[in-house]
Amino acid sequence: MIRRFFVDIGRNVISFMYFLGGLTNLTFQTVYLSFTPPYNKDRVFEQSKKAGYDSLPIVSLVSLFIGFIFALQIAYFMQRIGSELYIASLVALALVRELGPVITALIVAGRVGASITAELGSMQVTEQIDALDTLGTNPIRYLVVPRFLALSLMVPLLTLYADLIGIFGSYLICVLKLGISSSLYLNITFEALLYKDLFTGMLKTVFFGMIIAIVSCYEAFNVEGGAEGVGRATTRSVVTTFIMIIAADCFFTALFYFIFP
Amino acid sequence: MPSLMIEIIKVSKSFNNHKVLNELSLNINTGETCVIIGRSGCGKSVLLKHIVALLAPDNGKIMIDGKDLTNITPLELNSLRMKISMVFQGGALFDSMTVAENVGFGLIEHQHIKGKELLERVEESLCLVGLCGIGNLMPAELSGGMKKRVALARAICIKPEIILYDEPTTGVDPITADSINELIVTLHDKLKVTSIVVTHDMRSAYRVADRIAMMYQGKIIAEGNPGEIQRTEHPVVYQFINGLAKGPITETLEQFR
Repeated sequence: MIRRFFVDIGRNVISFMYFLGGLTNLTFQTVYLSFTPPYNKDRVFEQSKKAGYDSLPIVSLVSLFIGFIFALQIAYFMQRIGSELYIASLVALALVRELGPVITALIVAGRVGASITAELGSMQVTEQIDALDTLGTNPIRYLVVPRFLALSLMVPLLTLYADLIGIFGSYLICVLKLGISSSLYLNITFEALLYKDLFTGMLKTVFFGMIIAIVSCYEAFNVEGGAEGVGRATTRSVVTTFIMIIAADCFFTALFYFIFP
Repeated sequence: MPSLMIEIIKVSKSFNNHKVLNELSLNINTGETCVIIGRSGCGKSVLLKHIVALLAPDNGKIMIDGKDLTNITPLELNSLRMKISMVFQGGALFDSMTVAENVGFGLIEHQHIKGKELLERVEESLCLVGLCGIGNLMPAELSGGMKKRVALARAICIKPEIILYDEPTTGVDPITADSINELIVTLHDKLKVTSIVVTHDMRSAYRVADRIAMMYQGKIIAEGNPGEIQRTEHPVVYQFINGLAKGPITETLEQFR
């Protein structure tokens, strides 16, 4: 009984180490192959369109609603203390520093990461990835690198877009509902935002993009057991990316807090 | 004296403490068609994957054209892979690409052939497998037998010296199966391709083989030309080629129960 408990713990620790090792290995190979020729611009472009452009509708919708919700929730307290003017600066800071990056990354993880794992996972179980190898094409170069580059480029751009839409949502509430004048709202927003807010917010999303690409490809390459395995891998890929994005966010927030006080 | 193309020397491989290959040795001469027979799940596909270096052996060596696969630079491996083609069991066609893009994949990626020449090479390979003019279809629109033949076209399009077939006739109708067999024989006769065919379809084995090797419990237990195998006195081989439910193979299974 006790022995079994420790055996289980040991097994889990070992498999976790394998997982970390596998991720690190894949990351290094991907980064190395990203910066060595031959480059394939077309495939990066294709993946950027899939990950970036095609995500625009859902990112717009979600960040617009987040803007509405946030403005209203903050208004509730700000009206009590009579400082509605600060709604603009609070919303801007919260969106640009935190909500925009994380919400965008989670949307992309759910939408794009899941589809990557499902697509590459099916390729794995139908031996298409082996076939790539036997045709002398490195599957990491051919499949992972374009997705890696596309996501680490697109997640920051989507975040910037989400920030703007979110601020616009809050602007609508404040100007149309709470009677703050339009020019005053914009002034306060841009006064509150510093370059470092934008910079720290965007920088971490580059890493979020990398996490999504690497984890979802890693899970796909390790699919075992047919269609059921693909389903399991997709779930695991989304859950793992969510956890890793939040953990990375926590890390970066702490880091920036101390290096850009 | 024919030269050796593939040498498999005492190769062992285990998955989860289960020994799939157990010091297996096998030599294949240049231009020869060797058929490996054995029950499903006895490790035939694993052996093929070792020969294309998709899997690395735990122990032992694999030499292809004088090069040791276990000790080779990635660059050498790539150029070696241009000489070897593998036809996968389910075809393994890339389903995001058209049939023509699938067949021409190796040429586009590595030999940088473009335009008219590419189209000609692709069409030539497709016609060889009896599927002229289907280049614009997607793999999802093809039947199982057609997929297998397209996979074969993809394999021969890069003009390889070695072709490995993983159960080429499984799951196709008898007529398609026969045309695939005929194709394997033609490639062997005309292009002098060295082939390894993994199968448990004995009809196909007798038809295409120069030599048949039987795999059992991770080893090659019998080797010989089709005539010798048919006249075998080895009880395991006898049971397998005659498809008998009772015999030494199933007895060992009974013991495990």
